Amino acid sequence: MSFSISKVDKRVGRETYLADIDLHLESGSQNVILGRTLAGKTTLLRIMAGLDRPSRGGIAENGKDVTGVSVRKRNVAMVYQQFVNYPSLSVFHNIASPLKLAGMAKADITARVGSVAAVLHIDHLLERLPQELSGGQQQRTAIARALVKDASLLLLDEPLVNLDYKLREELRTELRDIFSKRDSIVVYTTTEPSEALMLGGNLVVMHEGRVLQTGRAEEVYRCPASVTVAEILSDPPINVLRTRVDQTMAHLGDGLSVPLDGHLAGLAPGDYFFGVRSHHLFLHRQHPRDIELHARVELAEINGSETFIHMTYNGRPLVVQEEGVHQRRIDEAVSFFVRPRKFYIFDRDGALVRAPLFEDA
Amino acid sequence: MEKWDDNKAWFLVLPVFLVVAFSAIIPLMTVVNYSVQDIMAPGQGIFVGPEWYREVLHDPRLHEAFLRQLIYSFTVLAIEIPLGIAVALTLPSKGWKVSACLVLLALPLLIPWNVVGTIWVVFSRPDIGLAGVTINELLGIPYNYTADPMDSWLTVVIMDIWHWTPLVVLLCYAGLQAIPEAYYQAAKIDGASRWAVFRFIQLPKMRGVLMIAVLLRFMDSFMIYTEPFVLTGGGPGNSTTFLSQFLTKMAIGQFDLGPAAAFSLIYFLVILLLSYIFYTVITNLGKGVAK
Repeated sequence: MSFSISKVDKRVGRETYLADIDLHLESGSQNVILGRTLAGKTTLLRIMAGLDRPSRGGIAENGKDVTGVSVRKRNVAMVYQQFVNYPSLSVFHNIASPLKLAGMAKADITARVGSVAAVLHIDHLLERLPQELSGGQQQRTAIARALVKDASLLLLDEPLVNLDYKLREELRTELRDIFSKRDSIVVYTTTEPSEALMLGGNLVVMHEGRVLQTGRAEEVYRCPASVTVAEILSDPPINVLRTRVDQTMAHLGDGLSVPLDGHLAGLAPGDYFFGVRSHHLFLHRQHPRDIELHARVELAEINGSETFIHMTYNGRPLVVQEEGVHQRRIDEAVSFFVRPRKFYIFDRDGALVRAPLFEDA
Repeated sequence: MEKWDDNKAWFLVLPVFLVVAFSAIIPLMTVVNYSVQDIMAPGQGIFVGPEWYREVLHDPRLHEAFLRQLIYSFTVLAIEIPLGIAVALTLPSKGWKVSACLVLLALPLLIPWNVVGTIWVVFSRPDIGLAGVTINELLGIPYNYTADPMDSWLTVVIMDIWHWTPLVVLLCYAGLQAIPEAYYQAAKIDGASRWAVFRFIQLPKMRGVLMIAVLLRFMDSFMIYTEPFVLTGGGPGNSTTFLSQFLTKMAIGQFDLGPAAAFSLIYFLVILLLSYIFYTVITNLGKGVAK
């Protein structure tokens, strides 16, 4: 099946939730919608499911328009942030509920529920009530209910947010394998870049109700179309330095300049933004061609086994990701190093001009 | 053993002990004390053992009042709970209408109980009351709550429904509002009917508040006193004499303190027992469904 959304807008009152969305999804594809909160991810999913109608534009399945077709007549399944299960039904009956409503024979239901439950490792819990399960198990039940009906469109709206870190990692890996074995269209929304990259497949980056970029996840990561995409797609967000380019050099401010060679060669003179991911900034020289910058520590936060050092350089906030756990004093002077080859070059409006070469990205 | 040396900490429990003693234990024990004595005059009582209990339990008037009370409470519950749920389901879920509806609904709850009785006296009088005159004159049905036991009974039941259904509505409404939107969407995607949404989402999600509603309404209706006292005074005959009124007549009207005390304790135990039964039944209801 193919599923396409063309020129979809969604406005409620005077507010625009979605603007000019165009997407084409093929069956068997895995699609991740990445965007911050309020980017319009949920609104888009609701429109795809048929729970809401777009204010403008249309939705087509296999080329047939289904914009006004009610959700009951569409073959979709959805998983939510909250763990949505029927409270008074056992896990078995919860998973079986879509099949029962579809009028399937009892023996078939039992077999289908059994196999889906086994895939999600909840086959030993079939007799329990949802309230007797842990959060992870409740969400597994909800996912099982969505998987069991073999919907051609499977929508997951940030399904793992309400789970703790460990469970999230575990379920994420499992989901990736489950999705890859299905030939339905899977659409998965998330706010976390790492989750989006880990699930892979097609990536749709959304921001303020618009689709900024679509493509294979790795490609989008390597070649973000704009500063905003690059910011959404890395955590901590990509660092951006205001840069002035003249005939021969790029001036990063503070009297620091780099020659225009490598992928910088031939840049037209003017104002640019040079972007570099925080894990490409180092506190020690890695290479003779690294350039050295100076700033003062504003905040150092320890995140897992890394330390994020926040600073301001040339009027712009900057984060250096340092391996290992370190204590940093506030206002301590630090120098850090960057290789010019790692720079992303964006023009004044934020559109990508040049990306680092493949092996450097 | 060192930690037992200093027992001063026990003094910290003393205030609570005193409060509980004066608020609950001593009054209750006074009642227990009265229930086993025949009081001739203040300070002069004879120990009579379980005699009052025996007498009260064999009193046919009490049996009647008890039966009347049970029928009354169950009638009121059987109407108020489903009606409350139904009204709660039809209330709007957002916008200014919510506040308007809730304020209107809460009005009967804000009226003092004896005023409720008075309102209904005025409302139902066959000669001047709006309801009384309407029923008699316009509908042509003979209605007189002061003379006809059935009319009187119905009036008390309807008054209670008017007075207390809003409480059930408010509780159910709170329960309904707590259900995340995602549940309804999920049901829609599953293709569930309106009835299935009620049966498998709304009702189970309201179980907690419904239990509170049933218990509160049961206990209150089982102890009802003020409104029928004002409206009918327990009459005509004994047709609206419920347990509380029976008890009051016995204790204050006839000054039979012994039997009244014995009866109070029985009354208390009956409410405790029935509440416990309700609680157990409702708690297990949801679990039974799953099987």
